[in-house]
Amino acid sequence: MTRLAGGLIDRSQTLDFTFDGKSFKGHPGDTLASALLANGMRLVGRSFKYHRPRGVFAAGSEEPNAMVELRTGAWREPNTRATMVELFDGLEASSQNRLGSLRHDLLAVNDLFAPFFAAGFYYKTFMWPKAFWERLYEPMIRRAAGLGSLSMQPDPDTYDKGFLHCDLLVIGGGAAGLAAALTAARAGASVILADEDFRLGGRLNGESHSLDDMPATGWINSLEAEFASLPNLRIMRRTTVFGAFDHGIYGAVERVSDHLAAPGAGVRQTLWRITARRTVLAAGATERHVPFANNDRPGIMLAGAMRTFANRFASCPADRVAIFTNNDDGHRTALDLSAKGIEIAGVIDTRDGAKVFGSYPLFAGAAVTNARGRLGLKAIDVTVDGRTQTLRCGALGVSGGWNPNVHLASHHRGRPCWDNGLQAFLPGEDLPAGMIVAGAAKGEGTTHSALNSGASAALQALADLGLSASRPRLPQAEDAPTNLKPFWHVAGKGRAWVDFQNDVTVKDIKLAHLENMRPVEHLKRWTTLGMATDQGKTANVTALAVMAELTGKSIAETGTTIFRPPYTGVSLGVLGGGDTGKNFRPSRLTPTHQWASANGAVFTEAGQWMRAQYFPRVGETTWRETVDREVLATRSGVGICDVTTLGKVDVQGTDAAEFLDRIYANKMASLIPGRVRYGLMLREDGFAYDDGTCARLGEDHYVVTTTTAQAGPVYRHMEFARQCLWPELDVQLISTTDAWAQLAVAGPNSRRLLERIVDEFDLSNPAFPFMACAETTVCNGLRARIFRISFSGELAYELAVPARYGNALMERLIEIGADLGATPYGTEALGVMRIEKGHAAGNEINGQTTAQMLGLARMVAKGKDAIGAVMSRREGLAGDSRVLVGLQPVDPAEPVVPGSHLFSPGAAQTTANDLGWVTSACHSPNLRSSIGLGFLAGGGERMGEEIIAANPLQNQSVRLRVVSQHFVDPEGGRLRD
Amino acid sequence: MLIPHPLLGLRDAQEFTYLGDAALLDRPDGLAADAEASFADYVYLRNNPAGVHRELWFHEHGDRSWLIVKRNTVTHEILGAELARDVALASRGEAQ
Repeated sequence: MTRLAGGLIDRSQTLDFTFDGKSFKGHPGDTLASALLANGMRLVGRSFKYHRPRGVFAAGSEEPNAMVELRTGAWREPNTRATMVELFDGLEASSQNRLGSLRHDLLAVNDLFAPFFAAGFYYKTFMWPKAFWERLYEPMIRRAAGLGSLSMQPDPDTYDKGFLHCDLLVIGGGAAGLAAALTAARAGASVILADEDFRLGGRLNGESHSLDDMPATGWINSLEAEFASLPNLRIMRRTTVFGAFDHGIYGAVERVSDHLAAPGAGVRQTLWRITARRTVLAAGATERHVPFANNDRPGIMLAGAMRTFANRFASCPADRVAIFTNNDDGHRTALDLSAKGIEIAGVIDTRDGAKVFGSYPLFAGAAVTNARGRLGLKAIDVTVDGRTQTLRCGALGVSGGWNPNVHLASHHRGRPCWDNGLQAFLPGEDLPAGMIVAGAAKGEGTTHSALNSGASAALQALADLGLSASRPRLPQAEDAPTNLKPFWHVAGKGRAWVDFQNDVTVKDIKLAHLENMRPVEHLKRWTTLGMATDQGKTANVTALAVMAELTGKSIAETGTTIFRPPYTGVSLGVLGGGDTGKNFRPSRLTPTHQWASANGAVFTEAGQWMRAQYFPRVGETTWRETVDREVLATRSGVGICDVTTLGKVDVQGTDAAEFLDRIYANKMASLIPGRVRYGLMLREDGFAYDDGTCARLGEDHYVVTTTTAQAGPVYRHMEFARQCLWPELDVQLISTTDAWAQLAVAGPNSRRLLERIVDEFDLSNPAFPFMACAETTVCNGLRARIFRISFSGELAYELAVPARYGNALMERLIEIGADLGATPYGTEALGVMRIEKGHAAGNEINGQTTAQMLGLARMVAKGKDAIGAVMSRREGLAGDSRVLVGLQPVDPAEPVVPGSHLFSPGAAQTTANDLGWVTSACHSPNLRSSIGLGFLAGGGERMGEEIIAANPLQNQSVRLRVVSQHFVDPEGGRLRD
Repeated sequence: MLIPHPLLGLRDAQEFTYLGDAALLDRPDGLAADAEASFADYVYLRNNPAGVHRELWFHEHGDRSWLIVKRNTVTHEILGAELARDVALASRGEAQ
């Protein structure tokens, strides 16, 4: 056991957890990684390609190795970084990417074949035979190389999303972030402080030095007390700001309950969209390592991480450790560990003349040249002046300097700049607008400079916003330089890992260099360096330095890649924000939904709308049976259908008539008040756009309807015409689709039914003929509009009442119309009747058809400048001979299949011979056969001819007869009564 | 993205529907002799600059204003927004 004294863990409570089925104990305040280390578990995983044994390498979100599958069943989550998992009681985790046990992974054989798995291996080896790729190579590679596996069950968790606004967003809760938040919050600005850790403090939590005369944790605790009293400051722990988007918008994921034993009880994670006027990026820095032979042995980790594990988590991977460093910071780890009672085997410092800071063996001007111990470090080889000795140790801390976390600073393509003095990439000049970088993220790495740079950044941000603030008194803190001397990798034989997660070694980079994959973008793609789930946080800069050395260029000349969101992995579930299944989009319910639902309707989605599709009755066994009944009942008695979903636009103004004349292809100004006209809209390119009715309720007042699907776009189009094309016209538009419940009342008994509810309104043919409209009242004073229009071809009306009365109106009509055969019908019967009548709908007006094709060319009025009129007369459109026809199977038992293409009998079924296609089809209970509509070249001259409808998908050819599109009542006697 | 609506202040781009080049305001006269040629240009030809672009946005989930937004297509910087109606009326004034 390697549990030390002290630390920020709560020893009064013990938490039980399992790893690979074995039980362990830890404490609140532990991460899974720290608890495993405290239990002596150095080996926690296997590597991606070679299945090399791996251990915890870092203490934070940059962890490349210690990825586990967390939880079980549907809650199992692969590739979870053990360093970011807060320990909870009952936690279950298992290692991944192994065949057999973790200690005896059968796929470790891959390591023996390492020469074959070098960079670019796949590209060259699996080129042929081509057919083998999908069937053999890819499945094999996927099995052999990989990470965790999914549960393959639906995600059982719930997610949420939220929106926040602030004056200042502070990203990172370390020394710089705390100072920035304190400065801005005290000044009264609205501030959000977000940090990915569950504890504020950042690196301060992992250090032993004091602020003023108290431990850093004491200062953090006093800050937390003050923060709690500031209502303008919002602290967001466990929150990763993963991306900087346009105009000060940041994406963040808050892990609301991932740290609880039962995350299913509430929201698991929340996606926050934070709009910030200014942002301080205080994301800190990530330590880099120094590659040497076999530097991936479990027990080898970043020196700063080792220090964090000891100081914060009271854990250490071994009781005898060594440090490998090129700077003074490595020595600090030796001192802190030593103070905790850990034996220091030695500090191996690459700098000639390095000084010793305490009582431990120092190897100056030395390097670690090999590591021994397959499943856990046993010893290292230390080479000084060409002489090598073996040093026994169970863990090695490696410190190669620190890389500022510049990621978010380059989310808008800003390129980091190399600083030769600091030997690090710093954020460049072209930051996302409104962002200021502070602390270690811009190279201000000592505690003293981080605190002060955080406060300065906040002052600058507030000054930009015109807010005054004063610099708070900040504690005295360490300010020692690290005296780093660049040392990028230990040359020598043996594989030295650069990118642990994707198994990229120094040799791979050398190979990339030989293959001329030298620009960084090529290096990255050729070797897959930095392309694993950790995005190379501990690897990228080291790889660049190795490439720079090989090419003989400076690091600045070698360049760097930039970063895109997300900073760390974000689960797809939280990006959806909980909008899945039924909640994927809003549902709109029609005014009669409640009535339809109570009467057993089957619903169908029409865009966002839920519409009654048909109303099955007891004893009906198929939907066809129900629909046939609804159609026949309507054509023989009276049917009622909710048609509220059709778009309605109210058009008013002294220029309303002129406006509609320009919107519709046909004339609308000549329509007299009290009358309705069918209207066809074209797009400006001349194709048919939408159709509907246009009712003139008064001299300056029209109500127009659109199809259900185009209600939004047509309204948008009309507003475009009104505001952008003809702003001089006096006309106002408002969408009233949701304001009016509209019911179609169709069938020979429709007039008799409506007579029972209108208030002293004459519905007789002479007083209210076909295509008449009026405003009146029904049911003793209820405001209503009546339109005598017909989609079914029967004597029919559409009755509109304020939406909230729609349900009651439906109920009333069915009740008082029982003796007339009043029958509710749904969208299926509606569709059957419109096909029987030969009316075009969405299938015919699909954006690829013209007025000419619809047989409506003469509706496009000449002598007025309507939208689309000019282009509709183009030769290619006007000369199109395809027209809408009716289609009926020669053998009534055969179906008409929509989508089938039409050919002359005997003609080869090729594109060149294609004469058109079937747009709509249904079973007609009136004709007792399948019928259809379609576009057919020269259709007008082919009446009565036979044509072949080919459906090659199902090897189907059906003989159809070309007939009039009006199957029922072609003279229109019924609707005119 | 945030769009500075001239009447409503900064609004989230998600409230808007995008249309495209503001040149669509300049609709040719459909009754002119050369109408077919000028409509072919109007319907099918657009500039697609890398840089400042004047474009049409509709505040669909808002006050239903059409706006002309000046946006740098390279940086997404927004340089201003006007009511399209005002722009259209102003250009009428210039033409007369």
